[in-house]
Amino acid sequence: MSSHGQAATPAQASPAPSHSASPAYTEFHPRWYRPKISTYWWLGKWAYVKFILRELSSVAVAWTVALILAQVWSLIRGPEAYSRFVRVMSSRWMIALNVIAFAFLLLHSITWFNLAPKAMVVRVGGKRLPAALISGPQYLAWIVISAIVLAIVISRG
Amino acid sequence: MAQTIQLRVSRYSPERDTEPYFQTYEVPVKEEWVILDALNYIKDKVDGTLTFRWSCRMGICGSCGYMVNNEPKLGCATFLTQYLPGPITIEPLTNFPIVRDLVVEITEFLEKLKKVKPWLIHDDGNGAGEYLQTPDQLEEFRQHSMCINCLLCYAACPISGLDPIFIGPAALALAHRYNKDSRDQGSAERMAVLSHPEGIWGCTFVGECTRVCPKHVDPAGAIQQYKLAGAIDGIKQFLMPWGQRQEKQ
Repeated sequence: MSSHGQAATPAQASPAPSHSASPAYTEFHPRWYRPKISTYWWLGKWAYVKFILRELSSVAVAWTVALILAQVWSLIRGPEAYSRFVRVMSSRWMIALNVIAFAFLLLHSITWFNLAPKAMVVRVGGKRLPAALISGPQYLAWIVISAIVLAIVISRG
Repeated sequence: MAQTIQLRVSRYSPERDTEPYFQTYEVPVKEEWVILDALNYIKDKVDGTLTFRWSCRMGICGSCGYMVNNEPKLGCATFLTQYLPGPITIEPLTNFPIVRDLVVEITEFLEKLKKVKPWLIHDDGNGAGEYLQTPDQLEEFRQHSMCINCLLCYAACPISGLDPIFIGPAALALAHRYNKDSRDQGSAERMAVLSHPEGIWGCTFVGECTRVCPKHVDPAGAIQQYKLAGAIDGIKQFLMPWGQRQEKQ
């Protein structure tokens, strides 16, 4: 990312540097230029944007955990409290918020499963297991558990 | 007339300038020419004041890392033809102070490198003879030993820029390389230095260091493996504090 790009003179201009009023050059310690990092550095590259979105997904995880705790809490308090919880959850803004949270949760899970083969080196017969064999079973378990949960929800619904 | 391409090169003179600026040069394009050939052409024929580091021309020395169109690249391994019709923007590696033109200051990196003790640590003294190693044992760390300290990974790592005390990808990958070496016994010593927020836990796994590495060292992978080892080490210390103490004695 170009930190000093904006400050530079246009491309075609021949040397037109901004001269400092009093050059402070010493033989052994020339003045280093330390480029400043913009607050928006992460917008410069898609890889950085993805990274920030992944970091942000932890907020969605916290939100979902809080929702589940609230659900359990209202269940304990009785049918009236639970129906109030369901009413709040059915509101439009809550559904919209949860759709966004769900997208972030998917991102969070996928990036986590993809990280596992990087962190785990499993050697079988002297050869490192390919990444797909480490993340594959996790995806499989994820799909199977999700399918079971979905089946329970549909059968009770 | 032979084909040419424009190079926008970042210039900075500590004696004259308060900040870098771009200077444009017209350079002939030859099929076998890399960025470094173009810079040497400028230095020889157009502007002798242009300053840049280079040495081996063959991806071994790690001296010619520059930002090429905002991507950290080795000047000797990046062909001009892939950027036609141009222009190509060449800047010094990001996340380092600029000494002059394309030359960056790397003393901070060298200090960090020393911290990870990138050498074989062995308790049984010198002169114990050769240390045998099987091909499988070599394979455990070979990939991470390919690092040429070109610092492209530091330029790609946003954490290195935002947090100057973060040890960084190459040095951590090298620490991991020695930990995985069957001849080395220094992993506990290194863990004491690196199991800190400025060490392995400073890495947030952006993963760009691995993508830009010209030697396929996979620093991001090395650091995640190191984190796993650190976590297991921490759990062991928590569960078996006495066992750990005995091991140290």
